[in-house]
Amino acid sequence: MSLIKNINKIFDNRVRLGIMSALMVNESIDFNTLKELLDVTDGNLASHIKALEKSEYITIKKQFIGKKTNTKYNATKLGKLAFKKHIEALEKLIHQQKKN
Amino acid sequence: MKEKDYLKDLNEIKRIMHQSTRFVSLSGITGVLVGIYALIGAFLARQSIINHFNNQSNDIDSLILTLLVIALSVALISVITAYILTKRKAKSNNQSLWNATVKRLLFHFMVPLLAGGILSLELLQMGFYGLVAPITLIFYGIALVNASNFTFSNIKYLGLAEIVLGLIAINYIGYGLYFWAIGFGIFHIIYGTFMYFNERKS
Repeated sequence: MSLIKNINKIFDNRVRLGIMSALMVNESIDFNTLKELLDVTDGNLASHIKALEKSEYITIKKQFIGKKTNTKYNATKLGKLAFKKHIEALEKLIHQQKKN
Repeated sequence: MKEKDYLKDLNEIKRIMHQSTRFVSLSGITGVLVGIYALIGAFLARQSIINHFNNQSNDIDSLILTLLVIALSVALISVITAYILTKRKAKSNNQSLWNATVKRLLFHFMVPLLAGGILSLELLQMGFYGLVAPITLIFYGIALVNASNFTFSNIKYLGLAEIVLGLIAINYIGYGLYFWAIGFGIFHIIYGTFMYFNERKS
């Protein structure tokens, strides 16, 4: 099955899939917004963010607003491309399964 | 992974893309209530205009002030109602009321609205009373169309209707109050009712 090859292992997780989905349609998003959107704990979200950063799908920008840190995330070109390929693969798989 | 899982993934992607860009905790009831306030306001305004002419008063400034107070009261009560009902719905949707989507929505809504509001006050000061109703309708419509990218997209139809009504109203200077009652009253009630039944379906 060549189609399965295009399914990206990194996106084979609800939280990572969610982070990328949100970053595809927003310039940047901060940590708390992601947390609320995906309904996950701090630790859980942080570990998945790290995984995405390691594969260079997202970048992290730290800013100071007063004394508070505000961390924002962006999707990289590489990440956006990988995500698009992943969606295409998902769609093809669904399409194929419907045929069978 | 089975087909069901792939489909679930796609649906989750869609949900998050939608929820991270649009604020959807507005309710149809808000529209209906705002429309009713506007109709009451229009009725009170009509009464004060009739009183003004019956008393053969020349004090146009005090009439304008009365009308301004009525309009601002209607606006204030509408904003308070919208705030309370939206907060309630956001709570039941598990959304916070002060997130990125709300800020974006408010910004794109307020820019045309404030520009139109300031322009209207300037027109009032210059004595162009008849232009105020069309101008407020047009700018309110633009504000709605602008905001429609950040909330329910069908709110742009309400916006377009307000713009068209405002453009028609320019040809009927002197009947501004009736156009206001239609635009801010009837249109809101119709759109609010439509939204209310849409909410119940989903």
